[in-house]
Amino acid sequence: MTDDLIGRSPHVPATQQLKPTSTKQSWVPALLIGISLLFLGLVLYIPAINVFYQAFHKGFGPFFHNLTEPNFQYAVRMTVGLAAIAVPLNTVFGLCAAWALARKRFPGRTLLLSIIDLPFAISPVVAGLMIVLLYGRQGWFGGWLQDRGIQIVFAYPAMMLATAFVSLPFVAREVIPVLEEEGSDQEEAAYTLGATPWQTFWRVTVPNIRWGLLYGVLLTNARAMGEFGAVSVVSGNIAGKTQSLPLYVEEAYKSYDTEAAYSAAVLLALLAVVTLVLKEILERRTGNHLKKIH
Amino acid sequence: MAVSSPRISSASGDSPLKVFWHSLIHMPWTWRIMLGYLIFMLFLPTAAMLAKSSALGPAEFWRIATSPIALSTYDVTFTTSLIAALIDGFFGVLVAWVLVRYDFPLKRLIDASIDLPFALPTAVAGLTLATVYSQNGWIGSLFAPLGIKIAFTRLGVGIAMMFISLPFVVRTVQPVLLQLEKETEEAAWCLGASAWQTFWRVVLPPLFPAILTGVALGFSRAVGEYGSTVIISSNTPFQDLIAPILIFQRLEQYDYSGATVIGMVLLVLSLVMLLVINFIQAWGKRYD
Repeated sequence: MTDDLIGRSPHVPATQQLKPTSTKQSWVPALLIGISLLFLGLVLYIPAINVFYQAFHKGFGPFFHNLTEPNFQYAVRMTVGLAAIAVPLNTVFGLCAAWALARKRFPGRTLLLSIIDLPFAISPVVAGLMIVLLYGRQGWFGGWLQDRGIQIVFAYPAMMLATAFVSLPFVAREVIPVLEEEGSDQEEAAYTLGATPWQTFWRVTVPNIRWGLLYGVLLTNARAMGEFGAVSVVSGNIAGKTQSLPLYVEEAYKSYDTEAAYSAAVLLALLAVVTLVLKEILERRTGNHLKKIH
Repeated sequence: MAVSSPRISSASGDSPLKVFWHSLIHMPWTWRIMLGYLIFMLFLPTAAMLAKSSALGPAEFWRIATSPIALSTYDVTFTTSLIAALIDGFFGVLVAWVLVRYDFPLKRLIDASIDLPFALPTAVAGLTLATVYSQNGWIGSLFAPLGIKIAFTRLGVGIAMMFISLPFVVRTVQPVLLQLEKETEEAAWCLGASAWQTFWRVVLPPLFPAILTGVALGFSRAVGEYGSTVIISSNTPFQDLIAPILIFQRLEQYDYSGATVIGMVLLVLSLVMLLVINFIQAWGKRYD
């Protein structure tokens, strides 16, 4: 076969010459695709389909019944409440960090970028542990807080801190490359034309980085609403008090209330599906599909 | 009111200390917010943990860190994570190859679905994996007659780790594979190499740093994983109890020293992994 290829005229394009090879080996792609799909099916798709099957296989009745349960409703409100503070905090931080780091080269910049990425490397349980050690009864601020009757650990504030910790890097990571690419020409032009820094930010910078920013906010939100480990450590997991939706899932499962667990799980799975769809749309818009790992 | 950047360079003629001081007092508010937030969110908690573990003293630290139960959790955590990451390494490369090189129906949907473990909350992943791989679950029931129990054993922990680590391998290898020029492979074929030789000698070497990075990222994610593993594991000590869960149990018993020591071990490991990953990436870029 290869002799045949070499024997042909060199003026024939390479792709045409190789056609016999690809038809002869046509079973290879089919086999590789088959193995890949089998693996993805076992690890990803069957478990994913199972969430929806378990939640709805007895019809929508049990699902809607569970929606009216007070602890469940409380968990939903708690999850939304955690994201409602953690996501804006990390967005403001991410924008400031991007603005400060994207266009400057100085010693220690790489180190600072690695530090921002650190929460991805740290185990969520360790993150939660750190917060307990800082604000807990024995912690550095524990005594001071207790004297003033402020409860951080086993209450909303620590859960919010844990949520913000684990989702900290997303916005900065997405916005920094976009700002680096854009350059500062347009902003300098705006300044020259008499715009204030604030006007320049809102009218020039934000429109330029909007898709990257939205992408970062989307990932932050998904992580914030779905976080389990870090929140679990600092929350104490009291139903109707310090229970977010992922914690509700685990507790319902552990107390053999599978139906309630899957009703909550299906909501979180829908959130994941919406996130993936929006992510795909944003990736098309920014044209940076396959950019990086998170 | 310099919004754009710190004027570090403006005092470049002076001594380093003066430059530092100058940049500190003229720091723009973006820098103040960034550093303030990092100190509050990252440095303070890390410092609290370091202080707690150094207060224990080296002898006590070592005693807790090398207690039999702690050693068994390291063993279970690290071996299982490594095996899961290596399996993901193999199948992740295969999936990336299939997605980049071949066309088939629903390809875009399948490509997008690779990110599912990033988007799906880990508690949900653990819940559904525990159900599907349990003895009367869809997949678990196929293995039950063979006497293989998956959920609530180490095997189940491994499956959960594979689930959460898979996107790391695929998404690191895929961009490199996209950049690979098909011409080099065609040249290899034309020069008489077999398909296997071409893959082994031409395709794999440039991919190798990316595969290693993906496996290392997947491994360090799997080591720290808690949400999915706590649900699919039976949490039996010396069998399938992993280190993050042991930290959690220690905290539940108000044993802060025990939790801190094992937390430090995990923290140091994740920092080492971070260095290793940076090293692999620098090594991979040496020909760029």
